[in-house]
Amino acid sequence: MPQSDAWDFETGARSLCDLHACARDYNWLEEPYFSPDGERVAMAAVSDDGATACVNGQAWENVFEKLWMPRFLPDGRLMAFVQTDGEWTAAVDDAPWENTFAFVWNPMWSQDGSRLAICIQQDGEYGIAVDDAPWETLYENANQFVLSRDGAHSAAVVQTISLGQADIEGYQKGVFSVAVDGEPWGSNFVNCWGPAFDAAGERVAAAARFSLYDYGIIEEGRPWTTTYQCVWEPFFDPNTGEVLAPVRTGGKWGLAHRGGFRWEPTFHQLWQPAYSRDGRTLAAIVAPKFGEFTVAVNGTPWNQTWPVVTDLVLSPTGRAACLANESNTRFRVVVDGTAWTGRYDMAWPPVFSPDGKRVAAAVEKHGRQTIVLDDKVYKEWFDKVWPPVFDPSGEKVLIRAVSGGACLRIVDHISSFKA
Amino acid sequence: MSTIADRLIDDAGIQRGLNRLEQSRIRSIIKGVLASETGARLKTYAETCMRCGLCAKACHYYMSHDGDPSYSPVGKVRQTMWEILKADGDVSKQQLQQFAQIAYTECNLCRRCMHYCPLGIDTAYIISVVRRICHKLGVTPQYIQDTAHSHAATLNQMWVKDDEWIDSLMWQEDEAREEFPTLRIPLEKEGADFMYSVIAPEPKFRTQLIYQAAAIFNAAGLDWTMPATPGWDNSNMAMFSGDAEVMSRVERAHYETAQRLRVKRIVMGECGHAFRAVCDVANRWLGWKVPPVPVVHSVEFFWDLLESGKIRMASKHPGTVTIHDPCNIIRGRGLMDKLRDVVHHICEDVVEMTPNREHNYCCCAGGGVINCGPPFKKVRVIGNKIKAEQLKATGVHTLIAPCHNCHGGLEDIIKHFELDMHIYFLGDIIYKHMERPADAGGGE
Ligand code: SF4
Ligand code: SF4
Repeated sequence: MPQSDAWDFETGARSLCDLHACARDYNWLEEPYFSPDGERVAMAAVSDDGATACVNGQAWENVFEKLWMPRFLPDGRLMAFVQTDGEWTAAVDDAPWENTFAFVWNPMWSQDGSRLAICIQQDGEYGIAVDDAPWETLYENANQFVLSRDGAHSAAVVQTISLGQADIEGYQKGVFSVAVDGEPWGSNFVNCWGPAFDAAGERVAAAARFSLYDYGIIEEGRPWTTTYQCVWEPFFDPNTGEVLAPVRTGGKWGLAHRGGFRWEPTFHQLWQPAYSRDGRTLAAIVAPKFGEFTVAVNGTPWNQTWPVVTDLVLSPTGRAACLANESNTRFRVVVDGTAWTGRYDMAWPPVFSPDGKRVAAAVEKHGRQTIVLDDKVYKEWFDKVWPPVFDPSGEKVLIRAVSGGACLRIVDHISSFKA
Repeated sequence: MSTIADRLIDDAGIQRGLNRLEQSRIRSIIKGVLASETGARLKTYAETCMRCGLCAKACHYYMSHDGDPSYSPVGKVRQTMWEILKADGDVSKQQLQQFAQIAYTECNLCRRCMHYCPLGIDTAYIISVVRRICHKLGVTPQYIQDTAHSHAATLNQMWVKDDEWIDSLMWQEDEAREEFPTLRIPLEKEGADFMYSVIAPEPKFRTQLIYQAAAIFNAAGLDWTMPATPGWDNSNMAMFSGDAEVMSRVERAHYETAQRLRVKRIVMGECGHAFRAVCDVANRWLGWKVPPVPVVHSVEFFWDLLESGKIRMASKHPGTVTIHDPCNIIRGRGLMDKLRDVVHHICEDVVEMTPNREHNYCCCAGGGVINCGPPFKKVRVIGNKIKAEQLKATGVHTLIAPCHNCHGGLEDIIKHFELDMHIYFLGDIIYKHMERPADAGGGE
């Protein structure tokens, strides 16, 4: 969550730059990205000199052979992947890292944005670099990269033993493990998936397959004794430090913890589990019946179901919101089990106000986008909007939008939303 | 009449599986699959099949083996599932080897026979259950198993590493900009109209197909994107090896990637089996009744581009072509009319094969058969003599097949039977003959 306390929430609208004017300065300008505080808008840009980032109409001083993935970190810094002399690295606010690599991708950041990690490939070996410091050990294959909440630790699934072509026997003996900060667990498994850190970044759990048929969970390199038909990514209970995971047994999904079930296996699907910040609410997307999805809060599904449910979000106090849709159309925002009346062609994840009382989301209809707040629609529609940000009081909303080429920073009172 | 026992082929994967299998596990695993993963459908098929043999002539294996009943659909089911049911799961390792060879390498799951059965029995379904049993017992051909391993480890079919995928797209974008200066392959463009997904052989071996797709989308002025994360591969050999769990993991990643990118739909390249995995099989295993994001096959997509005038042809492919109907998008989706409309849009003259449309013969590569690799290649090629005869009878030298597996299978058949034919994807022809944007180079 961005720290919005110090941001400008003075009601009014400002244009940060005009995309049509910017476009004239470059041969090539890609789609814009807004900073979390709405003060800056950045684009990948190409001129005769090379590639750079254009921020509020101003180019970075550095020019590169290539630049992609410009993204603002939660603390407002702008990162991008940049290439010079055929070598890649990350640049943050116009300053490239010192280390360069054969390829870089998949930026990850700490919750506060102060730490940036990227995936790296050097000489055909794979790993992670955090704040310009690459892992000491790289691997012939690594994927499913993850960063701890504070960004101090990183992990990935790694291959620790080479395989010849079509060596199915070697594979089934187990060649995959999880490396934390570059150091692998001492044991290998047939597969590892979805490594996850606990809140403090001290412990790691992952989903695994011990044979082609026996799935389970590994905590700090040690597998649970119980196996299942299938598992999804594990996560940690912030109250007890216990590991939980969606598991499939007897053809149904439940929420397992060591030796038992937190939620009995009664669901046709169960994924995207999430804890509220106060640790009191555990929710997940579930399908109580085939083809019927909803959210279960502390094990109890909401009454209403929809063909598709995505983007489960919890307020700090444990309220739950998600998006429901029908084959990717007729999107609705659902809060605490009640669907809003508005239906949209597309929607973005719901956002709670700091006190958890209000909910807003970016939505699209007939190719135009705006913000809806508590089922009320903002007075204006735009070409493009970014997810809204509430001010600390929850009485105002920051809207980041593009309209007719103008990149707009709007702060408006919630009274500007009408049913 | 032969039986499967007369034609057993050595395969390292099947053999290894048999060697380590304890006889005592066979029955319990088979009973487990039958009890928990099958129901009224299998029971009805088992009880209603009249052994009438009307399905025999539907199957290219039967037709290509001079009417040998052991290659007929009912013959294959009789030698596998009926044996399993008769013995109540108590079958020998020797039998299992036979089951695996039939299920993985002598049936393409093409569903042609279903159209010929008076009761509508879906032999492909029954054979899929046999494959599921073989997978659970670890008795799978080496090469398709390796592919399923790749799916599990990388979420793509060909061991493509995360960076290799992105790098291939950037490389194709660079190449294409020589010809189309403003062309872009937009990575991770949230909110684009569609996500374009391909199968892993495209970045690995057939990058020109990504180039061509980008050129077409660019010419049509479309708003599209490709992911820079796993989830880009729509193919799924785990579906065919019987590994439903890995199949579903792959497709979950595919759909979640599209959902994360907030696209309206997924457009997929010219592949048949991938369509079946994404739109029919894996979505259901995951609990969705219908695909959570609409999936448009490129035949439908090209149809729309051409019908709406977003793409216009500057010229047509000269001469005469014939059309191969890929099973998974014709019998599986009913795209036969749209496929013909597209081909007539882009080619001067079409000679139809007989039979065609939903009665077309399979390429004999599909259903994972080609992925079982070299040991079974000869059987697969010879096992489709009927297709060679069908192709030859058209008298045409150009064949259009909008499916990767069909290309692989048909190329082998064309070579073996010395047919003097050339195969194209629709994208090959559209790219070559479309009207180009004003800033583009002249093309070929
Ligand atoms: S290959 Fe096709 S026609 Fe032959 S048995 Fe299998 S599904 Fe039926
Ligand atoms: S046509 Fe149908 S009923 Fe007759 S043998 Fe074949 S599967 Fe059985």
